[in-house]
Amino acid sequence: MTPSRTAFAAILAKDLRSELRTLQSLPAMALFSVTTFIIFRFGLDRTALSGSLASGVLWATLLFAAVLGINRLFVAEREEGGFDAIRLAPIDRSVLFAAKVSALLVYLLALELVAVPIFAVFFLDDAAGLGPLVLVLLLTDLGLAATGTLISSMAVNSRARDLLVPLVLLPLAVPLMIAATGATEPLLSLGGPSYDRFGTWLMVLGLYDLIFGLVGYAVFDFLLED
Amino acid sequence: MYGKGLKPLSIATVAMLALSLSLVFFYAPLDGDQGFIQKIFYLHVPLAIVALIGFVVGGVFAIAHLRTDNRKWDAYSYVSIHLSVIFGVAVLITGSIWAKASWGHWWVWDEPTLVSFLIVFLLYATYYPFRYAIEDRDRQARYASVFAITAGAFVPLNFMAVRMAQSLVHPRTFATAEGGMPGEMMLTFLCSLVAMGLLWTTLVKFELTAKSASGQVKRLRRALDAPVSGGSSRIAPEVS
Repeated sequence: MTPSRTAFAAILAKDLRSELRTLQSLPAMALFSVTTFIIFRFGLDRTALSGSLASGVLWATLLFAAVLGINRLFVAEREEGGFDAIRLAPIDRSVLFAAKVSALLVYLLALELVAVPIFAVFFLDDAAGLGPLVLVLLLTDLGLAATGTLISSMAVNSRARDLLVPLVLLPLAVPLMIAATGATEPLLSLGGPSYDRFGTWLMVLGLYDLIFGLVGYAVFDFLLED
Repeated sequence: MYGKGLKPLSIATVAMLALSLSLVFFYAPLDGDQGFIQKIFYLHVPLAIVALIGFVVGGVFAIAHLRTDNRKWDAYSYVSIHLSVIFGVAVLITGSIWAKASWGHWWVWDEPTLVSFLIVFLLYATYYPFRYAIEDRDRQARYASVFAITAGAFVPLNFMAVRMAQSLVHPRTFATAEGGMPGEMMLTFLCSLVAMGLLWTTLVKFELTAKSASGQVKRLRRALDAPVSGGSSRIAPEVS
């Protein structure tokens, strides 16, 4: 029986290497974000954003860009026989869940590395709130990664693959968005960042991550059964 | 097999519903603030409570399905969620009526309970397109169970998050069922709650019985090599 750590590292490395070579999801996600920012600029008829508007635009864009990446997460596994390989391999199957969550987390962080500075350049007058924003981004990405991996693994085996992920994921992501925007709004407010209920929102994010990480880890085995 | 006990259960449900309706109209006192409008509370809140419990029960049945691999739990889970979604529609409609009558708007974003319930309802409404998009029967049942468990875990988290999104300075615009309800109202409320619970259970039993009967008919038809009619493009879970 291969130790889980080795299997986890191997699957994660495979995913990241594959993405680096083919660059399927990341450029699309980044370009989508930038274009969406432009659409918001015209849709809201504003050139500067702060407070709740800034927070809303940023998080809506990141969420929809994330859905693009989540849709593609298990496609290679399905088409190239990766699921069969995992079933045959002498490893704990939940390792696939952990590896995929980590890979998705890396993609989301890479996306934000591009999208958030561009957002700041486009819309923000003062970038002081971006430092603590990193913490919010990290925790929210973890939650999105856990829930997204779970839904994606189920959707990939269905008929309406690309439809199911946004359909099922968005309601599940609502608490994440509530907490993320709740924490981000005071950070991006006009007079400079404030930390109104910052700790509380971070705790909500952490709780969500914990619950869905555990639920995903627990049920993933059943999803891989033939 | 499923039909056993259905008749006494139905009679009990009808009796309980009749009792609670009479209590609502003849026994419960008029609310000081809202007057007669408030009485919809006896319909709306028990429906909501039973719907939410039904969702969680659906999740529990799903856990049983995954643990025992017995398809009947999957059918129970499906039917529980199905009826809770229907009750959810009733909750949203009665809630809107109440909102319009007492606040003048069909929908308000300020009430965390309404918004949380809407999100939960929307999530469970995706159960159907999700389920029917998966073609393989076994897989469909398994994935549906995973969905039910995930969604069950989501419900309390969602209520908490939405409640927290309320601005702390915004006043609660209506008195809830919990604080300071006089004895007569509490009794009426409890009777309504029991009646709704019985209604839900009876409807679940009805649906399971109907599914079981149609499943038996299909099997007999197949055994006779007769054409299996009632072709629905969806593959609803069969009950054996």
